[in-house]
Amino acid sequence: MTDFINSLGIVLYATLIYATPLLYAALGSCFSEVSGVVNIGIEGMMTAGAFTGTVVAYFTGNPWIGFICGGLAGALFGALHALATVKLGADQTIAGTAINMLGPGIVIMLAKVLFNSTDTIPLDATQKIPKLFSGMFDTTTVWGRFFDNVFANYVSTYLVFIAVIVVWFVFYKTRFGLRLRACGEHPQACETLGINVIGMRFLCVVISGFLAGLGGACVTMTISTQFRPISIVGQGFIAIAAVIFGKFRPQGALIGCLLFGFCSGLKVVLGGSSLVSMHLISMIPYVITILVLMLFVGRSRVPAANGKPYVKSK
Amino acid sequence: MKEKKSFLTFISENTFIHILLSILLGFLVGAVFLAIMGLSVGAAYGRLINSVTSLKGFTYVVVYGVPYIVAGLSVAFSFKTGVFNIGAEGQFVVGAMGAVVTSLLLPSLPKFLLVPLCFLAAMAVGAFWGILVALLKTKRGINEVLSMIMFNWIAFYLSNYIAGLPGIKNEGSAEATKNIAENASLLFSKDYIKSAGVAPTFNWGFIIAILITLLVWMIIEKTTLGYELKAVGANKYAAEYGGINVNRSIMTALGISGAMAGLAGALLVMGMGQRISIFSSQEGYGFAGIVVALIGCSNPFGVFVAGLFYGALIYGGSKLNLVGAPTQLINVIVGTVVFFISISTIFRYVRYLKRDPAKAKSGKEGAKA
Repeated sequence: MTDFINSLGIVLYATLIYATPLLYAALGSCFSEVSGVVNIGIEGMMTAGAFTGTVVAYFTGNPWIGFICGGLAGALFGALHALATVKLGADQTIAGTAINMLGPGIVIMLAKVLFNSTDTIPLDATQKIPKLFSGMFDTTTVWGRFFDNVFANYVSTYLVFIAVIVVWFVFYKTRFGLRLRACGEHPQACETLGINVIGMRFLCVVISGFLAGLGGACVTMTISTQFRPISIVGQGFIAIAAVIFGKFRPQGALIGCLLFGFCSGLKVVLGGSSLVSMHLISMIPYVITILVLMLFVGRSRVPAANGKPYVKSK
Repeated sequence: MKEKKSFLTFISENTFIHILLSILLGFLVGAVFLAIMGLSVGAAYGRLINSVTSLKGFTYVVVYGVPYIVAGLSVAFSFKTGVFNIGAEGQFVVGAMGAVVTSLLLPSLPKFLLVPLCFLAAMAVGAFWGILVALLKTKRGINEVLSMIMFNWIAFYLSNYIAGLPGIKNEGSAEATKNIAENASLLFSKDYIKSAGVAPTFNWGFIIAILITLLVWMIIEKTTLGYELKAVGANKYAAEYGGINVNRSIMTALGISGAMAGLAGALLVMGMGQRISIFSSQEGYGFAGIVVALIGCSNPFGVFVAGLFYGALIYGGSKLNLVGAPTQLINVIVGTVVFFISISTIFRYVRYLKRDPAKAKSGKEGAKA
């Protein structure tokens, strides 16, 4: 029993820290996709955020400035994507592919210039994002350890759960959210009602980049302590998968991200025993996703105008 | 004003010119980055050109280019048929593993049997990987992009798992499979390689790449199957109304695309690679296939040239650190090229507006913006 509670605590801890970056990126993806712009550049934007976050935190010594700058770096690439897709009517998938090459390409080059290596210098404990409720629980007892594992978590994790609620509120309870969703469903109708579709979409893609950048910064400022070229390997795509899984709703994406996070957590715990191959365990999240989709979720309705460049008619 | 208009029309009518312009801009942006880093643009680009223009360098480019060409053809084929095969990565990986396992199971077969058998095995598993996604889409309505991303990762871990199995894993300390059977290798004989002074990994793969390029062109342009697939790609509702079975078309398209991605994997391991390593992250040949298909404008011959171009950049890029320039410069250059290719639609759009006299006015404004 004690072992089980300990393991459960560790799994939940790992679930939360692995789900956090995915969740930031997934919320970003929601903004972009729901407003009608396909953004597969999330991966590249996360990489930009991951690098910028650690570098700024390293040079300023302040994790929060680093975290925000990570978001801004993502937003910069978001603006680039928006410029191409929203303003210039580019093919959204192609532009996203370009972002996925440009993001890592540029930041790894910068890493070479700044540190003469593709890796950044590891952050020390004060430069990482701090943990909340750390040392509040008595870790000598079983339940104390359990609560310590689950609740003494990074501030960024608490923030992202608040962000899910905020995004849900914005999407479904505000005028802005209604307009945003309308832009992704029927932009022509929006324009006739006087909504600036181009402006809305541009803003949403920039927000999307900002959130993806925050997600990237979470990876290098919580899970690890430095940026390496393999810091962001596929998390962006997993976040997109979580959004499709969650039927383009923030609350659905939350479930998708927690599922992926949980499987990563399981990997951490089971990885210690050599009973099952590590590679097979690593496969679990992806197999489970397919199974869940087949059995429970099924068809995911894409916003009607998603992927179609909108051109204002005069 | 008149001159500007004709220039735009010129670019929009010439995809080739537009792509050349994009490539030029890519190198320009690369040069800007080099200059910012305080490196010599001439030295870096000189190194890039020098390393691919010698006989040895050029054969290296061909060797590097072959898997990119075939992976690019796989993605281009899917583009033509209206599916975005982001799953080429996974199909490539299982295909490569299919070829390796086949060669290790039947090492004593003669070359003329084993090589085609390995190709077939790779194409079969690649096609299977593609058809799985198509089945999930047509039977259960699961978004294909989502399941492809999942299957890419499943393929990646499956490959790592199989590579570590006893009987397949290398006996030495290397975290990789055994080398493929000699009779499955596409490499030219050692004597020839030595006497001709070509790259040590020079192999028959490029002939396969040429054949596949022609085959894809034939399927797309000269067969009923190609016509049907293109019709579905252009407008699936119209195609369905015209009596084409859309679900079956999607299945066929992903099957063929997957088979080609699998073959690309086989060409890599039977040529340049000779074995598969246990990787910590995806290698990205399938994703590179997307880029190659885009640069090649989804035209089979365009993809062939684009694959060689990409191979040249990757091989040349690996020599860049000799002059102190980071290898990642290549990603920046290619990323910029793809970025500018993506906005080609704006040129086409401007032209479309100009054809329609009622919208001509806004077209001009669009051109200014």
